[in-house]
Amino acid sequence: MNVVVCVKQIPDPANPGSLDPDNTLSRNEKLILDESDSYGVEMALQLVDTAGGGEVTLVSMVPNKEVSGLRTALAMGANKAVLVSDDALAGTDALGTAKVLAAAIGRTEYDLVLAGTESSDGYTGTVPEQIAAVMGLPSVGFAKHIEVADGLVKVRRQNEEGYDEVECPLPAVVSVTAGVVEPRYPSFKGIMAAKSKPVDEVGIADLGIDASAVGVAGSRQETVAVEEAAAREAGEKVVDEGDAHERIVAFLDELKVI
Amino acid sequence: MSVNTIWVYCDLVGGAATSGSLELVGEAKALGATEVVAWIGGDASDAAAALGNHGATALKATGDLGGSLQGVAVGAAMAEAMAAGAPDLIMFPQSYDGRDVAARLSVAIDRPVITNNVGIEVNGDDIVCETAIFGGTKIVKTAFRCESPRLALFRPKSFAVEPTGGPAPTVETVSVPDTGTAGAAKVTGTHVEESEGPKLDEADIVVSGGRGLGEADKYEMIEQLAKALKGAPGASRAIVDAGWVPYSYQVGQTGKVVKPTVYIAAGISGATQHLVGMKGSKNIIAINKDEEAPIFGVADLGIVGDVHKVLPALLEALAARS
Repeated sequence: MNVVVCVKQIPDPANPGSLDPDNTLSRNEKLILDESDSYGVEMALQLVDTAGGGEVTLVSMVPNKEVSGLRTALAMGANKAVLVSDDALAGTDALGTAKVLAAAIGRTEYDLVLAGTESSDGYTGTVPEQIAAVMGLPSVGFAKHIEVADGLVKVRRQNEEGYDEVECPLPAVVSVTAGVVEPRYPSFKGIMAAKSKPVDEVGIADLGIDASAVGVAGSRQETVAVEEAAAREAGEKVVDEGDAHERIVAFLDELKVI
Repeated sequence: MSVNTIWVYCDLVGGAATSGSLELVGEAKALGATEVVAWIGGDASDAAAALGNHGATALKATGDLGGSLQGVAVGAAMAEAMAAGAPDLIMFPQSYDGRDVAARLSVAIDRPVITNNVGIEVNGDDIVCETAIFGGTKIVKTAFRCESPRLALFRPKSFAVEPTGGPAPTVETVSVPDTGTAGAAKVTGTHVEESEGPKLDEADIVVSGGRGLGEADKYEMIEQLAKALKGAPGASRAIVDAGWVPYSYQVGQTGKVVKPTVYIAAGISGATQHLVGMKGSKNIIAINKDEEAPIFGVADLGIVGDVHKVLPALLEALAARS
């Protein structure tokens, strides 16, 4: 079974984010593999392993040829990658992203397409479903458990109160929640092997996508203002001397909630 | 330009419209729309009265979807209904199904979706969405630059839920076109994760635990405290990812948004991801060993201390009062 995993390379969330002059998220620093996507990569590796054969192909897009996050996922064990890199992609919105990724996925062999439910930087949470819609495929979002058997993918799909059991014929798009599996750490051998794994770098013209469909212009929305939010003031901070619970009780008392 | 017609996609839980749906219906009315059409993927008969009472003037429902997921089915039904006239704006709750419906529809009609909004305003010719970024420290205002309909997703609890006293609208049944292969996913069963007490996103008091609890067994203290305060237990992403508690307990950007009267964060450092989901609480109490923990930046009462000492003492003190 062949599995495609959509992965995003993002600014390290441990660093404070900043905005470029055009009010898009600054991506000038080194980009890393979005941790949310490591679950999809791990899930894909396990599904291919269970199926007894096949390949895991990564699909990603950036404006600046960045590959370091892809190398992390290749070091985990993915076989190869398609990287759509094009200056025109800067500022692309969720719908434009889905059009580009769908076209890139179309260049690969796939039975199943996996993606994180949402990226850690943009977190729209719509891209996997939009990819499925562009490709005319069925989809199941927010998976917390996945099994593949007899041409069907069986998914526990998160809902407001628990989960739904959903069955879907392949090929299909499934988005996975964090925690669906425990992502492996790349081994030294994996890291060395990743350096020579193929990364097929293409531009949007190679995918037959017009520059007007992507980037800031293609997003058909405009940031008209960025304002400071009303800050929440920190209150009192006390060091526990064995009586902190009394302070909490007094605080709750004052609010008349106990 | 003014906004005349707004459609609102509404989630149902147990047949009733969610509060995240009711607040959008109310906001649609508040924006000055003369027609507020609530959309439901399923049977709307038990939701009509509440939707009308919160501002819906019309109600379109698909009836039983026969196991189809909302995204493909309702997205296709909306796209088809637009042949008779598109609304100015379609609002969706940022829920599982809300995201799916908006995503499918955006591709079907080739329109962008502006997501994660916490506010909206109509400025002359512009419809402007407000999104909180960088842990809610900045508000980004984004105007649509496309033809109607504009598609926008809203975080839960962005607006107040207020009854307007409107009558229950008549339910108009809409057809779902054949979705073919794209609609092949089917729900075969449903599993409800049982929890006692009030629901996390509706509770007046929320007690959340994080990595500072040290090990999964210690989460029991959080459940005990939540029970003692008649509140709901919650969790940080770290301990959900670690498998200590189910995802439905998660408070934060990728979990639930809560705005209780009192939020107690125990052993939670306060990563941006978590703050986004709870900083709207009216009162925040934080207990953490690390006095530099970011959670103290939003806490009304911050206790620099060990949760393993403070929580048992607090439970004992509360038990002694009852």
